[in-house]
Amino acid sequence: MRSQIEGSRAVAEAVALCRPQVIPAYPISPQTHIVEALSERVASGALHPCVFINAESEFGAMSLAIGACATGGRSYTATASQGLLFMAEALYNAAGLGLPIVMTVANRAIGAPINIWNDHSDAMSQRDSGWVQLYAESNQEAVDLHVLAFRLAEELSLPVMVCMDGFVLTHAVEPVDLPDQAGVDAFLPPFRPRQVLDPVAPVSIGAMVGPEAFTEVRYLAHVRQLEVLDRLPDLAGELAALTGRRISAVTPYRCDDADTVVVALGSVLGTLKDTVDELRDEGLPVGVVGVTAFRPFPVRAVAAALAGARRVVVLERALAAGVGGIVTADVRAARPGVACRTVVAGLGGRPVTRASLRAMLLDAVADRLEPLTFLDLNREVVDRELARAAATRRSGPAAENILHDLAGGGR
Amino acid sequence: MNGQRTFFYQVGTFAVGNRLLDPAMRAGQADPDRANALTSGHRACQGCGEALGARYVLDAAMRATGGKLVVVNATGCLEVFSTPYPETSWRVPWLHSLFGNAPAVAAGAAATLRAQGRDDVRVIGQGGDGGTVDIGFGCLSGMFERNDDVLFVCYDNEAYMNTGVQRSGATPPAARTATTPVVGDRSGNRFGQGKDLPVIAMAHRIPYVATATVADLRDLEAKVAHAMSLHGARYLHVLVPCPLGWGTASGDTVRVARLAVESGLFPVFEAEHGEVTAVRPIRRRVPVADYLRLQTRYRHLFTPTRCDDVLDAIGAVAEDNIRRYGLIEHRDVEHREVSP
Amino acid sequence: MFAVRIHGRGGQGVVTAAELLSVAAFTEGRHAQAFPSFGSERTGAPVVAFCRIDTRPIRTREPIAIADCVIVQDPTLLRHVDVLAGLRPAGSVLVNWAGPVDQLELPPGAVAVAATQLALRHVGRPVPNAALLGGFAALTGQVRLESVLDAIRGRFPASLAAANVAAAQEAYDLVRAECEERQDA
Ligand SMILES: Cc1ncc(C[n+]2csc(CCOP(=O)(O)OP(=O)(O)O)c2C)c(N)n1
Ligand code: SF4
Ligand SMILES: [Mg+2]
Repeated sequence: MRSQIEGSRAVAEAVALCRPQVIPAYPISPQTHIVEALSERVASGALHPCVFINAESEFGAMSLAIGACATGGRSYTATASQGLLFMAEALYNAAGLGLPIVMTVANRAIGAPINIWNDHSDAMSQRDSGWVQLYAESNQEAVDLHVLAFRLAEELSLPVMVCMDGFVLTHAVEPVDLPDQAGVDAFLPPFRPRQVLDPVAPVSIGAMVGPEAFTEVRYLAHVRQLEVLDRLPDLAGELAALTGRRISAVTPYRCDDADTVVVALGSVLGTLKDTVDELRDEGLPVGVVGVTAFRPFPVRAVAAALAGARRVVVLERALAAGVGGIVTADVRAARPGVACRTVVAGLGGRPVTRASLRAMLLDAVADRLEPLTFLDLNREVVDRELARAAATRRSGPAAENILHDLAGGGR
Repeated sequence: MNGQRTFFYQVGTFAVGNRLLDPAMRAGQADPDRANALTSGHRACQGCGEALGARYVLDAAMRATGGKLVVVNATGCLEVFSTPYPETSWRVPWLHSLFGNAPAVAAGAAATLRAQGRDDVRVIGQGGDGGTVDIGFGCLSGMFERNDDVLFVCYDNEAYMNTGVQRSGATPPAARTATTPVVGDRSGNRFGQGKDLPVIAMAHRIPYVATATVADLRDLEAKVAHAMSLHGARYLHVLVPCPLGWGTASGDTVRVARLAVESGLFPVFEAEHGEVTAVRPIRRRVPVADYLRLQTRYRHLFTPTRCDDVLDAIGAVAEDNIRRYGLIEHRDVEHREVSP
Repeated sequence: MFAVRIHGRGGQGVVTAAELLSVAAFTEGRHAQAFPSFGSERTGAPVVAFCRIDTRPIRTREPIAIADCVIVQDPTLLRHVDVLAGLRPAGSVLVNWAGPVDQLELPPGAVAVAATQLALRHVGRPVPNAALLGGFAALTGQVRLESVLDAIRGRFPASLAAANVAAAQEAYDLVRAECEERQDA
């Protein structure tokens, strides 16, 4: 059914359609509306016999999910930012144990300085954790991805993170079409794992694996991740039969004959497409490639989408301090030899506007773009701080240093 | 006892006005030279109990330490509303690190001070109930167990307010929060759950544990002053009503806190090395309904029909506290006068 | 595309107003997107919410910098926030204000409606959002009053919805009369 609904509520509905059995959660903005809506559905009996658990921390929440899933219960949780980092140890563990937990990450920056607004630093920091990572462009896609995620996770025995931009998507009210229960039930069979904690057939899970086998276990984890790319088209096709919308690992937009192509993940794709339309109207051959599956990284699909491009710009919503781009490294590996620029944009919720994207693209087309650009950076502020720091080298947190100097304390 | 008997009908309380007290006994807030550790301009809601409590606690601690104080704050309302960058309301050295690590960060600060021989500078760690009883509990217990020289203050508003009122391990039974909704046959937070952190702190046998509320600010200040006269791990648990999360009128914060005490739902006491040493007796006991009725988080207990079974169950919690801590003195508790 | 920016204070239902507006447009078969300004503001702090309405799917996610209409839920904001920033030259302004609109420094076309008073009378609480949405329908014609009322009915329990519907209806009538009067003048 199509309705005008908040992104968080829509995702909660989609998760509910997947009939989870255990939902442990710990609140953190901007994830809260999702788990609040689910707690309400559980309390009302609508999700019977699902159990909702108010965990004491995110580490607790993920650990509860691990126990629940290992015992054969379909498990779901959601988090963001600091919460995802607080889970980190358990995340690697869930992946290593091959537990098909599904989790929404309402993408948000990581502190310090504390910041509740959207960027991709949180999910990017866990890109090597062994979880599949799918990024939603819109709330409709977020809904579809959740349904897909449970099936994908359970078929391949891998945990899946569905990443949706915090606030920008989670708090946006827009039209969303939700599949019906019968359709989801047909698409997603009940969870029947091969090994569960059950006295009927006792198994030991999580033994210490030594040097003689550890590499092999890791290798298999890698191969299993890559299988996602093989299975995704089929599953997406099945889901498309239900929803009429097809998910793909990589989605090119106006890339035919485009010599400059921007690669991006998440909700910024919408604004980017509008910008590209505008520039196309003016005759500039520009295009966009949206990456939905970031882990595993769809090397072949990205290479194919960028086959005709002479210039590639990777629009990053996170920063790897000391290097610059994160997604860039993977895109370069997919398209070696093509000029690849990194634009870091929208950190900590700074709006990524059409005006700035347009200016950036015009620079790119004219080969004026630096290898690494920070969109809309306030040069005055950083230059002042850099000059001060060059004069006297003493440690101190950056945000506070800026204030210190403004207050005339320039020590 | 000589002296004039004074009646306080006008405020309906037993509070003694400052002007009637000996200057040495007056509240820290009555001191024109008070520190204003949490000064004006912060962004708390009107009537925020946490803002009130924190100001009293830190000003009292500043007075007790001669201004030699370092404060570590967990993530939460207090942290967010006090430091909207580039502004800050703190006039003390103040550090916010993370949500779950404030007791450890505070203990680290105390360690450096000891290593540098600056034992005169004292450390306070503080956070909300979520930061204290849930996510920060491991670090807090470690800090207690090592007897680190930190006073940790928990501002208990009985839920995760900063993220929009979700249940914490300090949320009382039957209270509605965003994650303990009132739907179907579920009526808010469950009975038989939750942590009694002051008692858990006592089980660590630390030098000092106390509870207080923003209804009795003089008592709160006195407990802070006493805590700062001691060394080692100390814990102060302060009940701070939250108009937004509790659904109370912003002018009722102090009144609601007082009713929490007088109903028996929030026992106010002190303990040293694991033994209770003092309790604040209830002077005029009120039914729990008088306390609950002022809060929309309990509205479902009164409308559309009154849930006497739930109210009785909450009453039993109060009764249990009264018995356990001996909150009602055996003298006549109904008299309405006090001598200063 | 029609872009609306709603200014108000935390606790005044600003985000709900944007959402209801988007629902009203949706029920009329158009595409709509509503989103808040995403802060950590507490009760009483200035907040903004946005709503875009279009005949085509809306892809952009940037905050509304160029607005076709600005709704001001709290006139005290006029002193602190540049509510008119980016308002199109012919854009409309609807302000919650009980006095004559020329007491406020607003563009000539601005219209005032005493939404707080209407809310107090009908709803019993100073939540001006529903009334202002009624006024918005009359002022801009972007959505029909009936769609606004349906959105309100879909959102609140029956008795609360009825009260808000009454406030929105009255505001609609008042603003309509005001607009007609101006046209005649
Ligand atoms: C690891 C982590 N998880 C979650 C959060 C989100 N968060 C910030 S403050 C807060 C609630 C604070 O509750 P409490 O400690 O009771 O303080 P209050 O706001 O009620 O004063 C939460 C859940 C976070 N910052 N870090
Ligand atoms: S939500 Fe509650 S604790 Fe937070 S600032 Fe408002 S009144 Fe204080
Ligand atoms: Mg709290």
